[in-house]
Amino acid sequence: MLRFTLRRLLIAALVALVVSAMSFGLMFLSGDPAFAIAGEGATEADLEVIRRHFGFDRPIPVQYAAWVTGVFAGDFGDSYYFSKPVVSLLAERFPATLKLGGLAILVALALSIPLAMLAAVRQNQLPDRLALGLGTIGQATPSFWLGLMLIWLFAVKLRWLPVSGSQTWAHFVLPAIVLGYYAAPSMLRLCRAGMIEALQSDYVRTARAKGMLPRQVLFGHAIRNAILPVVSVAAVEFGFILGGSVVVESVFGIRGIGLLAWESISRNDFPTIQAIILIYAMIYVWLTFLADVINAWLDPRIRVS
Amino acid sequence: MTQAASLPHPSPRKLLLMRVRGHRGLLIGGVIVLFALILALAAPWIAPHDPYAQDLSRRLLPPVWDPRGSFEHLFGTDALGRDYLSRMIYGARVSLLIGVCAAVGSGLIGTTLGLIAGYYGGRVDAFVTFFVSVRLAMPVVLVALAVVSLFGGSLWIVVSVLGLLLWDRFAVVVRSATMQLRGQEFVIAARAMGASTPRILLVELLPNLVGPLVVVASLEVAHAILLESALSFLGLGVQPPTPSWGLMVSEGKGMVFFDARLIALPGAAIAILVLGINLIGDGLRDVLTPEGRS
Amino acid sequence: MSVLSLRGLTVTIQTPTGPFEAVRGVDLNVARGETVGIVGESGSGKSVTSLAIMRLLSPRVTVDATEMRLGDIDLRTLSERRMADLRGDRMAMIFQEPMTALNPVLTVGRQLTETWLRHRATGKREATERAVDLLDRVGIPRARARMNVYPHQLSGGLRQRVMIAMALLCDPDLLIADEPTTALDVTVQAQILDLLAGLQQERGLAMVFISHDIGVVARIAQRVQVMHGGRTVDAGPVGDLLTRPQHAYTRALLSAVPRRGMRWGRERLGAVEWSGDDEVTS
Repeated sequence: MLRFTLRRLLIAALVALVVSAMSFGLMFLSGDPAFAIAGEGATEADLEVIRRHFGFDRPIPVQYAAWVTGVFAGDFGDSYYFSKPVVSLLAERFPATLKLGGLAILVALALSIPLAMLAAVRQNQLPDRLALGLGTIGQATPSFWLGLMLIWLFAVKLRWLPVSGSQTWAHFVLPAIVLGYYAAPSMLRLCRAGMIEALQSDYVRTARAKGMLPRQVLFGHAIRNAILPVVSVAAVEFGFILGGSVVVESVFGIRGIGLLAWESISRNDFPTIQAIILIYAMIYVWLTFLADVINAWLDPRIRVS
Repeated sequence: MTQAASLPHPSPRKLLLMRVRGHRGLLIGGVIVLFALILALAAPWIAPHDPYAQDLSRRLLPPVWDPRGSFEHLFGTDALGRDYLSRMIYGARVSLLIGVCAAVGSGLIGTTLGLIAGYYGGRVDAFVTFFVSVRLAMPVVLVALAVVSLFGGSLWIVVSVLGLLLWDRFAVVVRSATMQLRGQEFVIAARAMGASTPRILLVELLPNLVGPLVVVASLEVAHAILLESALSFLGLGVQPPTPSWGLMVSEGKGMVFFDARLIALPGAAIAILVLGINLIGDGLRDVLTPEGRS
Repeated sequence: MSVLSLRGLTVTIQTPTGPFEAVRGVDLNVARGETVGIVGESGSGKSVTSLAIMRLLSPRVTVDATEMRLGDIDLRTLSERRMADLRGDRMAMIFQEPMTALNPVLTVGRQLTETWLRHRATGKREATERAVDLLDRVGIPRARARMNVYPHQLSGGLRQRVMIAMALLCDPDLLIADEPTTALDVTVQAQILDLLAGLQQERGLAMVFISHDIGVVARIAQRVQVMHGGRTVDAGPVGDLLTRPQHAYTRALLSAVPRRGMRWGRERLGAVEWSGDDEVTS
């Protein structure tokens, strides 16, 4: 068991490393990064100054090694745009993204689990078809469009919620709904399938044969089995939510690292871009690992033996 | 007590057709996609105006369902005086073109990787699986944005980037399907007859993968369309004046306080098209693997 | 008065090709302290019969009977809620696969106490004590410690004992055992059969024992019913049935059982071939 975990961790670390190398390589994709920073109208002399300042004149592997060493020491370099450490930028903006992601996953769970239970109990009947239909529509709706339409309805027409910004909790309601609605369909399907399987299982038949009431069968027996895979999928979906927050943060003006990433891309602020891509990769890698751990811990068949 | 006498058994093809006809989701999705295809292919003949023709004297005209609207511009005009209906129709072209091309590209990459991983197993498989994990760890939207910003936005850059990023599901599905098939008799027989590996992969295995491939392909077309619209919305996808629905939403976003039409219409179009494609994908999966249905 | 009185049970299932009668015109009467065995091959309708009595079949399946009583309670007209009150309390059922019949994510103790608390208005402590008592009585060593164990940690035989304990927790009048020993080793089979017989004696339990194995049924039942194609084709006291089978099917069933003294190669096991239409009412 321990060896298996260590192997997983090693592979995870390798994956993150490769992603970091690829994101580092991005900078050189268009040719000369000095040119990308300086822009049009820069003279050769200007470009030389920039190259020397940022160390672009060194061979690429050397630059990469320097960067990676820095990362292990917690130093992602300085932002080209702000001239301050990337780490401080990240620290400023991360909380908003985290808040948004956390709320969104709660929304997704609150939507998907009750709907899945309802759908499974009334399988192939109207509630089931509606729930699945809602899920299918959710997967087809572009998040930026849903966001704008919700802004139009709730902020402009009804004036219940603010339009944009990230100052108060009210600012997070609509974006959390948009992100949560996007992550919910896959969890809905998984939970529904698990519930259907549970409701047809032998142990539910035993529970009914003992005289347990429908409510007790649903909540005491069925859902406890069906929820196992859903929790670990939720961990992975959390990772996707964080990654997909670029669009939602842009639409709603949430000052998180998703918006920071987009701003940095349009400003060619390479150190920030590289750092954020690496952060996202690490988050994803850790969350998938966490998902397995959660699964092992929740299932007595794995936990106790 | 005996059951009724045995029923006449329809041929597998007829059975498939029966299932297709009975599957409501598949039919609805088919109608939607067919409609979009017609719009896309016949755009030059159907569109009432030139989607690029600006007329600043006729900016922001209301649509025909508004009392001030006219039949000349059924959907009204946008901020530059361009006919919205024509732009919507040409937008179908852009979406479908990008979706299909990106899916074809990613399909080629993913299927190749999946085939060799599934067939050879061992180190090759481990390498491909690692590669898939690397791809999954990447925040796709971010990477796509970064690459497009470095090369400049254009339709074909977007197609290439998406094609190079969306191959993971192809690889995973083809890999597991290949692993299941590789132990079957017809493969072993082909090997025994001395068939070369590429021949086995292409002639024996690939035709049997068509089912799952088609299902994944439809889902990835939808995925590509959604991603392109997001990229264009953020300004790092298709560039103006090309009529991409995502770009149109972005262009209309400043008007959200006055005129929701400019956002509602193109966004709804994206949602409906993607819905249609997803319905086809789900429907095909139900129809081609009857065990899936309860 | 019998504990279970069943007459004219017919179970109809709607299939895409029309209604199918899984059970037709079956009678079953069990008295206190008596074990009636039901024997038949797969698909004979024996499990469907037992599930119909417990009203555990899907609502899309139609259950009809001239008479279906537990004691003096008419089971046909009871509301679902009243039926759930009876299940686990006055009538109980144990199933074939103890591996899947117990919930894998709940402890054994929790699955026992919830049964007690469902039917008796006592506190958790009495429920626990009662559960430990039953586990002990069904022969599970270190019963109290075993309360906190998960089903996958027990062997097949122990799991089936847990099932029996769970079924008898509230002292029911009727126990239906649907192939309880089929999935167990032969040695464990014998132990479970003895356990059931002992428990029946000390509690005056009325038991229905279902199996495809006529040898097992013969060991525990006083009367036997043979089912085939949804109908009862033969019935009677177990001794009579074994020595003087009335019906062709029963004879075929018996000839399929290996007997002492048979010489392999000389006598072949008779395959059970019979597709006639005779039926017997008991």
